[in-house]
Amino acid sequence: MSYVIGLKCKECGHRVPVSPVHVCQACFGPYEVEYDYEKMRGKVTRESIVAGPKSLWRYRDLLPIAGEPKTGHFSGFTPLRKAQRLARELGCSDLWIKDDSCNYPTYSYKERVVSVAITKALEFGFDTVGCASTGNLANSTAAHAAQAGIRCFVMIPHDLEQGKVLGSLIFGPTMVRIRGTYDDVNRLCTEIADKHGWAIVNVNLRPYYTEGAKTHGFEIAEQLGWRLPQHTVVPTAGGTILPKVYKAYREFIELGLVADNQPKIYSAQAAGCNPVVKAIHKGIDIIEPQKPNTIAKSIAIGNPADGYYVWHAVKDSGGWGESATDREIVDAIKLLARTEGIWTEPAGGTTLAVAMKLIQQGRIPRDESIVISITGNGLKTLETVQNDLPMPEVIEAKLTEFDEFLARHQVEAKLQTHEKLPRPSRQGVPVV
Amino acid sequence: MSVKVRIPSPLRSYSGGADVIEVSGANVGEVLNGLKAKAAGIETRLFKGPNQLNRFVNVYLNDEDIRFLQNLETPVKAGDELSIVPAIAGGAAKVSDES
Repeated sequence: MSYVIGLKCKECGHRVPVSPVHVCQACFGPYEVEYDYEKMRGKVTRESIVAGPKSLWRYRDLLPIAGEPKTGHFSGFTPLRKAQRLARELGCSDLWIKDDSCNYPTYSYKERVVSVAITKALEFGFDTVGCASTGNLANSTAAHAAQAGIRCFVMIPHDLEQGKVLGSLIFGPTMVRIRGTYDDVNRLCTEIADKHGWAIVNVNLRPYYTEGAKTHGFEIAEQLGWRLPQHTVVPTAGGTILPKVYKAYREFIELGLVADNQPKIYSAQAAGCNPVVKAIHKGIDIIEPQKPNTIAKSIAIGNPADGYYVWHAVKDSGGWGESATDREIVDAIKLLARTEGIWTEPAGGTTLAVAMKLIQQGRIPRDESIVISITGNGLKTLETVQNDLPMPEVIEAKLTEFDEFLARHQVEAKLQTHEKLPRPSRQGVPVV
Repeated sequence: MSVKVRIPSPLRSYSGGADVIEVSGANVGEVLNGLKAKAAGIETRLFKGPNQLNRFVNVYLNDEDIRFLQNLETPVKAGDELSIVPAIAGGAAKVSDES
Protein backbone atom coordinates (compact mmCIF):
# COMPACT_ATOMS: atom_id res chain seq x y z
CA MET A 1 0.00 0.00 0.00
CA SER A 2 1.61 3.23 -1.13
CA TYR A 3 0.36 6.52 0.24
CA VAL A 4 2.34 8.57 -2.28
CA ILE A 5 0.30 11.04 -4.33
CA GLY A 6 3.18 12.35 -6.44
CA LEU A 7 5.79 15.10 -6.39
CA LYS A 8 5.00 18.65 -5.37
CA CYS A 9 7.29 21.68 -5.63
CA LYS A 10 8.20 23.01 -2.17
CA GLU A 11 8.24 26.54 -3.50
CA CYS A 12 5.35 27.01 -5.93
CA GLY A 13 3.25 23.89 -5.37
CA HIS A 14 3.58 22.66 -8.96
CA ARG A 15 2.72 18.93 -9.10
CA VAL A 16 4.03 16.13 -11.29
CA PRO A 17 3.56 12.36 -11.09
CA VAL A 18 6.20 10.15 -9.47
CA SER A 19 9.20 10.38 -11.82
CA PRO A 20 13.00 10.75 -11.51
CA VAL A 21 12.97 14.54 -11.57
CA HIS A 22 14.16 16.90 -8.92
CA VAL A 23 13.90 20.45 -10.23
CA CYS A 24 10.51 22.10 -10.62
CA GLN A 25 9.76 22.87 -14.23
CA ALA A 26 7.96 26.04 -13.26
CA CYS A 27 10.24 27.72 -10.75
CA PHE A 28 13.42 25.65 -10.33
CA GLY A 29 12.54 24.88 -6.74
CA PRO A 30 12.90 21.38 -5.30
CA TYR A 31 10.22 18.74 -5.69
CA GLU A 32 9.15 16.89 -2.56
CA VAL A 33 7.19 13.65 -2.25
CA GLU A 34 3.56 14.28 -1.34
CA TYR A 35 1.65 11.73 0.77
CA ASP A 36 -2.04 11.22 1.45
CA TYR A 37 -2.01 11.59 5.24
CA GLU A 38 -5.80 11.30 5.40
CA LYS A 39 -5.63 7.78 3.99
CA MET A 40 -2.94 6.90 6.53
CA ARG A 41 -5.07 7.80 9.54
CA GLY A 42 -5.97 4.71 11.50
CA LYS A 43 -3.81 2.55 9.23
CA VAL A 44 -0.35 3.89 10.03
CA THR A 45 -0.31 3.47 13.78
CA ARG A 46 2.08 2.60 16.57
CA GLU A 47 0.91 -1.00 16.24
CA SER A 48 1.48 -1.16 12.49
CA ILE A 49 4.99 0.23 12.93
CA VAL A 50 5.90 -2.06 15.82
CA ALA A 51 4.74 -5.02 13.73
CA GLY A 52 7.23 -4.09 11.02
CA PRO A 53 10.82 -5.32 10.56
CA LYS A 54 13.62 -4.19 12.91
CA SER A 55 15.01 -1.93 10.22
CA LEU A 56 14.26 1.44 8.69
CA TRP A 57 11.63 -0.25 6.57
CA ARG A 58 9.29 -0.48 9.55
CA TYR A 59 8.40 3.06 8.47
CA ARG A 60 7.78 2.10 4.83
CA ASP A 61 4.28 3.59 4.81
CA LEU A 62 5.94 6.98 5.18
CA LEU A 63 8.58 6.26 2.53
CA PRO A 64 8.16 6.77 -1.22
CA ILE A 65 8.50 3.22 -2.57
CA ALA A 66 5.82 1.52 -4.64
CA GLY A 67 6.82 -2.14 -4.22
CA GLU A 68 9.11 -4.09 -1.94
CA PRO A 69 12.35 -2.67 -0.52
CA LYS A 70 15.34 -3.80 -2.56
CA THR A 71 18.20 -2.98 -0.15
CA GLY A 72 18.68 -1.87 3.44
CA HIS A 73 16.92 -4.84 4.98
CA PHE A 74 19.11 -4.56 8.07
CA SER A 75 19.78 -0.83 7.91
CA GLY A 76 18.48 1.61 10.45
CA PHE A 77 17.00 0.62 13.81
CA THR A 78 20.23 1.84 15.39
CA PRO A 79 20.60 2.31 19.16
CA LEU A 80 19.19 5.29 20.99
CA ARG A 81 21.41 5.29 24.07
CA LYS A 82 20.82 7.08 27.32
CA ALA A 83 24.20 8.80 27.82
CA GLN A 84 24.54 8.67 31.61
CA ARG A 85 28.27 9.43 31.96
CA LEU A 86 28.24 12.16 29.31
CA ALA A 87 25.15 13.63 30.97
CA ARG A 88 27.02 13.82 34.27
CA GLU A 89 29.95 15.61 32.59
CA LEU A 90 27.61 18.16 31.05
CA GLY A 91 25.31 18.52 34.03
CA CYS A 92 22.28 17.24 32.11
CA SER A 93 19.59 14.84 33.26
CA ASP A 94 17.90 13.47 30.12
CA LEU A 95 20.58 13.17 27.46
CA TRP A 96 20.49 10.64 24.61
CA ILE A 97 22.72 9.67 21.70
CA LYS A 98 21.11 8.47 18.48
CA ASP A 99 23.95 6.32 17.28
CA ASP A 100 24.10 5.86 13.51
CA SER A 101 27.87 5.24 13.75
CA CYS A 102 27.03 1.52 13.81
CA ASN A 103 24.49 1.59 10.98
CA TYR A 104 24.57 -1.41 8.66
CA PRO A 105 26.45 -2.01 6.35
CA THR A 106 28.75 1.03 6.10
CA TYR A 107 28.47 2.72 9.50
CA SER A 108 26.77 6.01 8.82
CA TYR A 109 23.32 7.59 8.64
CA LYS A 110 23.58 7.43 4.82
CA GLU A 111 22.21 3.88 4.76
CA ARG A 112 18.81 5.48 5.31
CA VAL A 113 18.78 7.68 2.24
CA VAL A 114 20.57 5.16 0.03
CA SER A 115 18.18 2.29 0.82
CA VAL A 116 15.27 4.38 -0.41
CA ALA A 117 17.11 5.89 -3.39
CA ILE A 118 18.39 2.59 -4.76
CA THR A 119 15.05 0.87 -4.29
CA LYS A 120 13.47 3.75 -6.20
CA ALA A 121 16.17 3.71 -8.90
CA LEU A 122 15.40 0.03 -9.52
CA GLU A 123 11.66 0.81 -9.61
CA PHE A 124 12.35 3.44 -12.28
CA GLY A 125 14.39 0.95 -14.30
CA PHE A 126 17.81 2.60 -13.99
CA ASP A 127 20.78 0.30 -14.57
CA THR A 128 23.37 2.66 -13.09
CA VAL A 129 23.44 4.59 -9.83
CA GLY A 130 25.89 7.19 -8.66
CA CYS A 131 26.47 9.93 -6.15
CA ALA A 132 28.41 13.05 -5.31
CA SER A 133 29.89 12.43 -1.89
CA THR A 134 32.13 13.59 0.92
CA GLY A 135 32.72 9.95 1.78
CA ASN A 136 29.90 8.25 3.68
CA LEU A 137 27.39 8.49 0.87
CA ALA A 138 29.84 6.94 -1.58
CA ASN A 139 30.56 4.09 0.85
CA SER A 140 26.88 3.40 1.31
CA THR A 141 25.90 3.75 -2.36
CA ALA A 142 28.73 1.43 -3.42
CA ALA A 143 27.81 -1.19 -0.82
CA HIS A 144 24.08 -1.17 -1.53
CA ALA A 145 24.76 -1.20 -5.28
CA ALA A 146 26.97 -4.26 -4.79
CA GLN A 147 24.18 -5.99 -2.82
CA ALA A 148 21.65 -5.10 -5.53
CA GLY A 149 23.99 -6.03 -8.39
CA ILE A 150 23.69 -2.66 -10.09
CA ARG A 151 26.44 -0.57 -11.75
CA CYS A 152 27.77 2.26 -9.59
CA PHE A 153 29.81 5.44 -10.00
CA VAL A 154 30.98 7.48 -7.03
CA MET A 155 32.27 11.03 -7.45
CA ILE A 156 34.32 12.44 -4.58
CA PRO A 157 36.65 15.36 -3.86
CA HIS A 158 40.29 14.31 -4.30
CA ASP A 159 41.38 14.80 -0.68
CA LEU A 160 39.10 12.61 1.44
CA GLU A 161 40.29 10.50 4.35
CA GLN A 162 41.80 7.16 3.41
CA GLY A 163 39.15 5.18 5.26
CA LYS A 164 36.42 6.88 3.26
CA VAL A 165 38.19 6.25 -0.06
CA LEU A 166 39.01 2.59 0.62
CA GLY A 167 35.54 2.27 2.14
CA SER A 168 34.08 2.82 -1.31
CA LEU A 169 36.72 1.15 -3.49
CA ILE A 170 36.34 -2.20 -1.73
CA PHE A 171 32.82 -2.59 -3.10
CA GLY A 172 34.03 -2.23 -6.67
CA PRO A 173 32.33 0.90 -8.03
CA THR A 174 33.93 3.15 -10.61
CA MET A 175 35.39 5.96 -8.50
CA VAL A 176 36.08 9.39 -9.92
CA ARG A 177 38.25 11.65 -7.75
CA ILE A 178 37.74 15.27 -8.64
CA ARG A 179 40.21 18.03 -8.06
CA GLY A 180 38.17 20.51 -6.07
CA THR A 181 35.70 20.79 -3.24
CA TYR A 182 32.51 18.83 -2.76
CA ASP A 183 30.67 21.78 -4.29
CA ASP A 184 32.63 21.30 -7.53
CA VAL A 185 31.81 17.57 -7.46
CA ASN A 186 28.13 18.24 -6.88
CA ARG A 187 27.87 20.67 -9.73
CA LEU A 188 29.58 18.21 -12.08
CA CYS A 189 27.12 15.52 -11.00
CA THR A 190 24.21 17.71 -12.05
CA GLU A 191 25.69 17.81 -15.50
CA ILE A 192 26.42 14.07 -15.47
CA ALA A 193 22.84 13.24 -14.45
CA ASP A 194 21.61 15.49 -17.24
CA LYS A 195 23.82 13.96 -19.89
CA HIS A 196 24.11 10.26 -19.04
CA GLY A 197 20.71 9.38 -17.58
CA TRP A 198 22.06 7.77 -14.43
CA ALA A 199 20.33 7.72 -11.06
CA ILE A 200 22.56 10.07 -9.08
CA VAL A 201 20.99 9.38 -5.71
CA ASN A 202 21.47 12.85 -4.19
CA VAL A 203 20.86 14.75 -7.40
CA ASN A 204 18.08 13.59 -9.69
CA LEU A 205 16.64 11.13 -7.18
CA ARG A 206 16.85 13.67 -4.38
CA PRO A 207 13.10 13.87 -3.52
CA TYR A 208 13.08 10.12 -2.78
CA TYR A 209 16.59 10.03 -1.29
CA THR A 210 15.90 12.71 1.30
CA GLU A 211 12.77 10.95 2.55
CA GLY A 212 14.97 8.15 3.93
CA ALA A 213 16.47 10.61 6.42
CA LYS A 214 13.09 10.84 8.16
CA THR A 215 13.68 7.36 9.58
CA HIS A 216 16.43 8.80 11.82
CA GLY A 217 13.73 10.97 13.39
CA PHE A 218 11.03 8.29 13.45
CA GLU A 219 13.36 5.98 15.35
CA ILE A 220 14.20 8.66 17.89
CA ALA A 221 10.50 9.18 18.57
CA GLU A 222 9.68 5.49 18.80
CA GLN A 223 12.73 4.51 20.82
CA LEU A 224 12.25 7.36 23.29
CA GLY A 225 8.94 5.71 24.11
CA TRP A 226 6.71 7.39 21.53
CA ARG A 227 7.72 10.83 22.68
CA LEU A 228 9.70 13.58 21.01
CA PRO A 229 12.84 15.00 22.59
CA GLN A 230 12.49 18.66 23.44
CA HIS A 231 15.85 19.39 21.81
CA THR A 232 17.53 17.59 18.91
CA VAL A 233 20.99 18.60 17.68
CA VAL A 234 21.78 17.55 14.12
CA PRO A 235 24.79 18.23 11.87
CA THR A 236 24.28 20.27 8.71
CA ALA A 237 26.22 19.55 5.55
CA GLY A 238 24.11 19.63 2.36
CA GLY A 239 21.01 20.15 4.48
CA THR A 240 19.26 16.81 4.05
CA ILE A 241 18.94 15.41 7.55
CA LEU A 242 17.82 18.35 9.68
CA PRO A 243 14.66 19.32 7.76
CA LYS A 244 13.70 15.67 7.41
CA VAL A 245 14.12 14.89 11.11
CA TYR A 246 11.83 17.85 11.77
CA LYS A 247 9.40 16.58 9.11
CA ALA A 248 9.47 13.12 10.71
CA TYR A 249 8.51 14.59 14.09
CA ARG A 250 5.73 16.64 12.47
CA GLU A 251 4.39 13.60 10.55
CA PHE A 252 4.18 11.56 13.75
CA ILE A 253 2.37 14.47 15.44
CA GLU A 254 0.03 14.81 12.46
CA LEU A 255 -0.83 11.10 12.59
CA GLY A 256 -1.43 11.24 16.34
CA LEU A 257 1.45 8.89 17.18
CA VAL A 258 3.20 11.32 19.54
CA ALA A 259 2.22 14.40 21.49
CA ASP A 260 3.20 17.81 20.16
CA ASN A 261 5.66 19.14 22.73
CA GLN A 262 7.07 21.73 20.31
CA PRO A 263 10.38 19.94 19.69
CA LYS A 264 13.25 22.27 18.83
CA ILE A 265 15.90 21.41 16.25
CA TYR A 266 19.45 22.80 16.25
CA SER A 267 21.97 22.93 13.41
CA ALA A 268 25.59 22.05 14.07
CA GLN A 269 28.33 23.10 11.66
CA ALA A 270 32.09 23.42 11.67
CA ALA A 271 33.45 26.92 12.18
CA GLY A 272 35.45 26.45 8.97
CA CYS A 273 32.29 25.83 6.94
CA ASN A 274 29.15 27.27 8.49
CA PRO A 275 27.04 29.04 5.85
CA VAL A 276 23.73 28.00 7.41
CA VAL A 277 24.65 28.84 11.01
CA LYS A 278 25.89 32.26 9.88
CA ALA A 279 22.55 32.90 8.22
CA ILE A 280 20.70 31.70 11.34
CA HIS A 281 22.71 34.14 13.46
CA LYS A 282 22.04 36.96 10.96
CA GLY A 283 18.33 36.19 10.98
CA ILE A 284 18.09 36.30 7.18
CA ASP A 285 17.30 33.22 5.09
CA ILE A 286 19.87 33.97 2.40
CA ILE A 287 22.62 31.37 2.61
CA GLU A 288 25.91 32.83 1.43
CA PRO A 289 28.27 30.18 0.05
CA GLN A 290 31.71 29.63 1.60
CA LYS A 291 34.97 27.93 0.68
CA PRO A 292 35.32 25.20 3.33
CA ASN A 293 38.35 24.96 5.60
CA THR A 294 37.89 22.34 8.33
CA ILE A 295 38.93 18.83 9.35
CA ALA A 296 35.24 17.99 9.33
CA LYS A 297 35.45 17.01 5.67
CA SER A 298 32.23 15.06 5.66
CA ILE A 299 30.25 18.23 6.37
CA ALA A 300 32.48 20.61 4.38
CA ILE A 301 29.79 21.74 1.96
CA GLY A 302 30.07 25.44 1.24
CA ASN A 303 26.96 25.61 -0.92
CA PRO A 304 24.35 23.42 0.77
CA ALA A 305 21.54 22.40 -1.57
CA ASP A 306 18.92 22.46 1.20
CA GLY A 307 20.46 25.15 3.40
CA TYR A 308 17.38 27.33 2.98
CA TYR A 309 15.18 24.53 4.36
CA VAL A 310 17.51 23.93 7.30
CA TRP A 311 17.22 27.63 8.14
CA HIS A 312 13.42 27.46 8.05
CA ALA A 313 13.12 24.20 10.01
CA VAL A 314 15.33 25.70 12.72
CA LYS A 315 13.32 28.92 12.76
CA ASP A 316 9.92 27.20 12.71
CA SER A 317 10.88 24.93 15.58
CA GLY A 318 12.35 27.72 17.68
CA GLY A 319 15.81 26.19 17.58
CA TRP A 320 19.23 27.74 16.86
CA GLY A 321 22.61 26.88 15.39
CA GLU A 322 26.23 27.00 16.46
CA SER A 323 29.68 26.26 15.08
CA ALA A 324 32.59 24.29 16.51
CA THR A 325 36.29 24.84 15.88
CA ASP A 326 38.49 21.96 14.74
CA ARG A 327 39.97 21.74 18.26
CA GLU A 328 36.52 21.59 19.84
CA ILE A 329 35.51 18.90 17.35
CA VAL A 330 38.44 16.63 18.22
CA ASP A 331 37.95 17.18 21.96
CA ALA A 332 34.28 16.24 21.60
CA ILE A 333 35.17 13.06 19.68
CA LYS A 334 37.44 12.06 22.57
CA LEU A 335 34.88 13.04 25.22
CA LEU A 336 32.16 10.93 23.60
CA ALA A 337 34.52 7.97 23.25
CA ARG A 338 35.70 8.18 26.86
CA THR A 339 32.32 8.72 28.48
CA GLU A 340 30.09 6.57 26.28
CA GLY A 341 32.31 4.21 24.30
CA ILE A 342 31.20 5.63 20.96
CA TRP A 343 33.83 6.60 18.39
CA THR A 344 32.47 9.08 15.95
CA GLU A 345 34.00 11.00 13.06
CA PRO A 346 34.28 14.81 12.92
CA ALA A 347 30.62 15.30 11.94
CA GLY A 348 29.63 13.63 15.21
CA GLY A 349 32.27 15.56 17.13
CA THR A 350 30.86 18.75 15.63
CA THR A 351 27.35 17.88 16.76
CA LEU A 352 28.41 17.09 20.32
CA ALA A 353 30.65 20.18 20.56
CA VAL A 354 27.79 22.37 19.35
CA ALA A 355 25.33 20.72 21.76
CA MET A 356 27.76 21.52 24.59
CA LYS A 357 27.91 25.17 23.50
CA LEU A 358 24.15 25.46 23.29
CA ILE A 359 23.85 23.96 26.77
CA GLN A 360 26.52 26.29 28.15
CA GLN A 361 24.78 29.26 26.53
CA GLY A 362 21.57 28.24 28.27
CA ARG A 363 19.75 27.88 24.95
CA ILE A 364 19.21 24.20 25.72
CA PRO A 365 18.11 23.80 29.36
CA ARG A 366 20.06 21.12 31.25
CA ASP A 367 16.98 19.45 32.66
CA GLU A 368 15.08 18.93 29.41
CA SER A 369 15.28 15.96 27.04
CA ILE A 370 18.12 16.24 24.53
CA VAL A 371 19.06 13.98 21.63
CA ILE A 372 22.42 14.32 19.88
CA SER A 373 22.56 12.82 16.37
CA ILE A 374 25.75 10.88 15.76
CA THR A 375 25.86 10.25 12.04
CA GLY A 376 29.21 8.60 11.29
CA ASN A 377 32.03 6.41 12.55
CA GLY A 378 35.52 7.41 13.69
CA LEU A 379 37.22 4.35 12.22
CA LYS A 380 36.87 5.95 8.80
CA THR A 381 38.68 9.15 9.78
CA LEU A 382 41.82 7.98 11.57
CA GLU A 383 43.71 11.05 10.41
CA THR A 384 41.56 13.23 12.64
CA VAL A 385 42.72 11.80 15.95
CA GLN A 386 46.10 10.34 14.99
CA ASN A 387 48.09 13.23 16.42
CA ASP A 388 46.00 13.35 19.56
CA LEU A 389 46.57 9.70 20.46
CA PRO A 390 50.30 9.18 21.03
CA MET A 391 51.43 5.58 20.62
CA PRO A 392 52.35 3.94 23.95
CA GLU A 393 55.90 2.53 24.15
CA VAL A 394 56.66 -1.12 23.47
CA ILE A 395 57.86 -3.34 26.33
CA GLU A 396 59.29 -6.86 26.40
CA ALA A 397 57.01 -9.71 27.46
CA LYS A 398 58.39 -9.65 31.01
CA LEU A 399 56.51 -9.03 34.20
CA THR A 400 59.29 -6.79 35.52
CA GLU A 401 58.98 -4.54 32.49
CA PHE A 402 55.25 -4.43 32.91
CA ASP A 403 55.55 -3.38 36.55
CA GLU A 404 58.05 -0.72 35.53
CA PHE A 405 55.59 0.42 32.89
CA LEU A 406 52.89 0.79 35.54
CA ALA A 407 55.19 2.67 37.84
CA ARG A 408 56.29 4.99 35.01
CA HIS A 409 52.69 5.81 34.18
CA GLN A 410 51.36 5.96 37.71
CA VAL A 411 51.13 9.73 37.69
CA GLU A 412 49.40 9.83 34.31
CA ALA A 413 47.09 6.95 35.23
CA LYS A 414 45.14 9.18 37.64
CA LEU A 415 41.55 9.74 36.42
CA GLN A 416 41.17 13.23 34.96
CA THR A 417 37.95 15.04 34.23
CA HIS A 418 37.85 17.05 31.05
CA GLU A 419 39.40 20.42 31.78
CA LYS A 420 37.68 22.45 29.09
CA LEU A 421 34.17 21.92 30.48
CA PRO A 422 32.68 24.27 33.05
CA ARG A 423 32.10 22.66 36.42
CA PRO A 424 28.68 21.06 35.97
CA SER A 425 25.86 21.89 38.34
CA ARG A 426 24.79 18.88 40.38
CA GLN A 427 21.17 20.04 40.70
CA GLY A 428 18.67 17.58 39.42
CA VAL A 429 21.26 15.13 38.12
CA PRO A 430 20.22 11.64 39.14
CA VAL A 431 22.71 9.50 41.02
CA VAL A 432 23.88 6.73 38.71
CA MET B 1 32.14 40.66 -25.25
CA SER B 2 30.76 37.46 -26.74
CA VAL B 3 30.48 34.68 -24.20
CA LYS B 4 29.08 31.14 -24.32
CA VAL B 5 26.21 30.45 -21.98
CA ARG B 6 25.49 26.82 -21.04
CA ILE B 7 21.76 26.19 -20.73
CA PRO B 8 20.62 23.41 -18.35
CA SER B 9 18.06 20.94 -19.65
CA PRO B 10 15.10 22.37 -17.66
CA LEU B 11 15.51 25.61 -19.66
CA ARG B 12 16.16 24.20 -23.13
CA SER B 13 12.51 24.52 -24.09
CA TYR B 14 13.22 28.26 -24.27
CA SER B 15 16.35 27.86 -26.38
CA GLY B 16 14.82 25.52 -28.93
CA GLY B 17 16.82 22.65 -27.48
CA ALA B 18 20.19 24.40 -27.70
CA ASP B 19 22.55 23.66 -24.80
CA VAL B 20 24.85 26.58 -25.56
CA ILE B 21 23.93 30.11 -26.63
CA GLU B 22 26.38 32.89 -27.53
CA VAL B 23 25.52 36.27 -26.07
CA SER B 24 27.27 39.63 -25.85
CA GLY B 25 27.52 41.76 -22.76
CA ALA B 26 29.96 43.60 -20.50
CA ASN B 27 29.04 41.76 -17.34
CA VAL B 28 27.15 38.68 -16.16
CA GLY B 29 23.88 40.57 -15.69
CA GLU B 30 23.96 41.97 -19.23
CA VAL B 31 24.75 38.56 -20.69
CA LEU B 32 21.90 36.87 -18.83
CA ASN B 33 19.48 39.63 -19.85
CA GLY B 34 20.71 39.29 -23.41
CA LEU B 35 19.66 35.64 -23.49
CA LYS B 36 16.05 36.59 -24.14
CA ALA B 37 16.90 37.66 -27.69
CA LYS B 38 17.65 34.03 -28.55
CA ALA B 39 15.55 32.30 -25.87
CA ALA B 40 12.40 34.34 -25.40
CA GLY B 41 10.91 34.01 -21.94
CA ILE B 42 13.98 32.51 -20.29
CA GLU B 43 14.44 35.69 -18.25
CA THR B 44 11.19 34.97 -16.38
CA ARG B 45 12.75 31.81 -15.00
CA LEU B 46 16.16 33.30 -14.25
CA PHE B 47 15.13 36.52 -12.55
CA LYS B 48 12.62 37.14 -9.82
CA GLY B 49 13.04 40.90 -10.13
CA PRO B 50 15.22 43.38 -12.02
CA ASN B 51 18.80 42.49 -11.11
CA GLN B 52 17.67 39.77 -8.71
CA LEU B 53 18.33 36.17 -9.64
CA ASN B 54 15.85 33.45 -8.77
CA ARG B 55 17.08 31.91 -5.51
CA PHE B 56 17.28 28.50 -7.15
CA VAL B 57 19.54 29.58 -9.97
CA ASN B 58 23.30 29.42 -9.52
CA VAL B 59 25.51 31.04 -12.12
CA TYR B 60 29.15 30.12 -12.66
CA LEU B 61 31.68 32.15 -14.63
CA ASN B 62 34.42 29.80 -15.84
CA ASP B 63 33.49 27.38 -13.02
CA GLU B 64 33.50 30.02 -10.25
CA ASP B 65 30.23 30.79 -8.48
CA ILE B 66 29.48 34.47 -9.20
CA ARG B 67 28.57 34.95 -5.54
CA PHE B 68 32.31 34.66 -4.85
CA LEU B 69 32.93 37.31 -7.54
CA GLN B 70 30.79 40.39 -8.05
CA ASN B 71 27.45 38.70 -8.66
CA LEU B 72 25.64 40.18 -11.66
CA GLU B 73 28.22 42.98 -11.92
CA THR B 74 31.06 40.53 -12.56
CA PRO B 75 32.75 41.66 -15.80
CA VAL B 76 33.12 39.15 -18.62
CA LYS B 77 35.59 38.94 -21.47
CA ALA B 78 35.61 37.26 -24.88
CA GLY B 79 35.87 33.48 -24.58
CA ASP B 80 34.41 33.30 -21.08
CA GLU B 81 31.87 30.60 -20.31
CA LEU B 82 28.80 31.07 -18.13
CA SER B 83 26.95 28.07 -16.73
CA ILE B 84 23.42 28.23 -15.41
CA VAL B 85 22.85 25.45 -12.89
CA PRO B 86 19.73 24.82 -10.82
CA ALA B 87 20.80 25.55 -7.23
CA ILE B 88 19.46 22.29 -5.95
CA ALA B 89 21.68 20.08 -8.03
CA GLY B 90 19.41 18.21 -10.32
CA GLY B 91 17.85 17.95 -13.70
CA ALA B 92 15.43 15.85 -15.66
CA ALA B 93 16.80 12.37 -16.00
CA LYS B 94 16.01 9.88 -18.69
CA VAL B 95 15.24 6.31 -17.70
CA SER B 96 17.76 4.11 -19.49
CA ASP B 97 15.29 2.19 -21.61
CA GLU B 98 13.08 5.15 -22.51
CA SER B 99 12.96 5.70 -26.27
